[in-house]
Amino acid sequence: MVGKHTSQTVVAASTATGSSRIARFFKQLSKQKMLMLMSLPFLIWVLIFKYVPLYGWTIAFQKFRPARDLFNQEWVGLSNFKFLFQEEAFYRVLRNTLVMSSINLVLGFVTAIVLAILLNELRNILFKRTVQTISYLPHFISWVVAANIVQTALAPEGIINILLLKLNLIDQPVLWLGKGEYFWSILGATEVWKNVGWNTIIYLAAITTIDPAQYEAAEIDGASRFQRILHITLPGMKSVIVILLIMNLGHILESGFEPQYLLGNGMNVDYSENLDIFVLKYGMNMGNYGLATAAGMFKTVVSFIFLMAANNIAKRLGESRLY
Amino acid sequence: MSRAKSSRKLYSTVPDKIFDVCNIIFMICLMVVTLYPFLNMFALSFNDANDSIRGSIYIWPRVWTTANYEYIFNESSVFHATLISALRTIVGTIISVFCTAMLAYTVSRQEYVLKKFVTIAFVFTMYFNGGLIPNYLLTKELGLLNNFWVYIIPGIIGVFNMIVIRSFIEGLPEGIMESARIDGAGEFTTFMRIVLPLTVPALATVSLFVAVSQWNSWFDVFLYNSSRIELSTLQYELMKILSTSNTAANSSGSAADAFASAQGNITAVTPTSIRATMTIVASVPIILVYPFLQKYFVKGMTVGGVKG
Repeated sequence: MVGKHTSQTVVAASTATGSSRIARFFKQLSKQKMLMLMSLPFLIWVLIFKYVPLYGWTIAFQKFRPARDLFNQEWVGLSNFKFLFQEEAFYRVLRNTLVMSSINLVLGFVTAIVLAILLNELRNILFKRTVQTISYLPHFISWVVAANIVQTALAPEGIINILLLKLNLIDQPVLWLGKGEYFWSILGATEVWKNVGWNTIIYLAAITTIDPAQYEAAEIDGASRFQRILHITLPGMKSVIVILLIMNLGHILESGFEPQYLLGNGMNVDYSENLDIFVLKYGMNMGNYGLATAAGMFKTVVSFIFLMAANNIAKRLGESRLY
Repeated sequence: MSRAKSSRKLYSTVPDKIFDVCNIIFMICLMVVTLYPFLNMFALSFNDANDSIRGSIYIWPRVWTTANYEYIFNESSVFHATLISALRTIVGTIISVFCTAMLAYTVSRQEYVLKKFVTIAFVFTMYFNGGLIPNYLLTKELGLLNNFWVYIIPGIIGVFNMIVIRSFIEGLPEGIMESARIDGAGEFTTFMRIVLPLTVPALATVSLFVAVSQWNSWFDVFLYNSSRIELSTLQYELMKILSTSNTAANSSGSAADAFASAQGNITAVTPTSIRATMTIVASVPIILVYPFLQKYFVKGMTVGGVKG
């Protein structure tokens, strides 16, 4: 065994540099046996739980029957995709997905940046900390709880109707979640309520990297508070804003699943149903696995193209890359 | 710095003061809007259910009672569901954080020949995933349907979390690990004895993220374990109540039963009072924990946001 091994190494070394590199690789690997043993279980895990489902994409090209196993399905080519692109409901959920994620994107950005700037202007540190801690709270609670809260607040006898009635803005209670055309605004507001505090974290971190001397110099030059925000704070946050904006543009098909599913109902379904709910409905409820997988695959591939494009734009603009 | 501060005070103008006052008022409004729903749920959960029907319960109970809590913990499956929630949170967090840290350690080692391969294999999965149906079929094939472990195993490694821990380990002084190796410690021993204790801030961040998502998740219960009531979790029970009270929403049978029994019960709880009580039970553990981990997760988010 030993002789064979050495002769192999000699041959490998004498023939090509490529194979000697392989030999060196295995020699190093055997030295790093422990490191390999420590990562091996997770490589197997990722193979099973992340890469095997990718093979499941083949279902998109099959007329899938759950009774048969994965290898004995009937291949139908692109007919699932053809059906999908002819389906009117698909365009409706695509519209809902794009509109809701755009609303979330714009609202999420503007509110978080404004709140970060306003927090930075607070002079009392204890007060600032308190506001921050409280503002993080909704991020940590579940969407089930958040949906419960929203539903309670928007109920006919809920706090929103009570306040609006007292302010004489409406004559009688409005069934907010029963009207589809309100759904997008409700969802946008809910997302802001839940995540605005959390989203300020990264902007506040960017603000702390700004040199305080800049503010002092501006003050000596007689710059007003508003001018300082406009010419020092905002430019200091610029690169973070650009990176996050681009990154989020790459996630434009990810409008979320839980809030739409939990707040959606029969009366607002035309506005609340998005791609993920479409996949769930066609796949799990109707058992059309092929069509649901095709829709899911469409989403992943388009998302990836968006993300790549976004990354390229970021590079071209001279901002640091995302990953 | 102190000079700058005092000069600020000296030169603070009238518009400046108006701005400060408006800003403080705005922040107070923000806190009220954030906290009011929780206080309202708190008040409803401690208020007599029949009295609540009269309305105008805002932030304080009118007729104090603990009947709602007694009801959900005695006479329904909620108590069991809370136990399952707690169990999956504890077991899931320990296993996931330990495994993620171990993997992060291996890819933090510069000389590891598989470093790049392993990193790419995991980062790739952040962008490509099989989606709902293939994942469901896989879970079924692996016998994880109607099984407690479906809460733990498919989510053992979080790639974002791995990046957070890896960045942290890479920031540790190399000398410490080097000296351990010179003393003859193997990789695993170095990881356990040296790296884990030094990585506590990153581990705290990641533990919070994992624990919160374990405690909050209901979709995996709904998708994989909904036919076994003894594996149900608190969030899923709450979700069932939510979807029954959701007008014209697709109602689920067992939640409707819970409703009926709730209404017919002599202790007189109402769907509203049960919902409020369960909301509080589902939120309190989080409210009690996250403020203490604030400095960790703020740092973790900043690191992950920049490098991830």
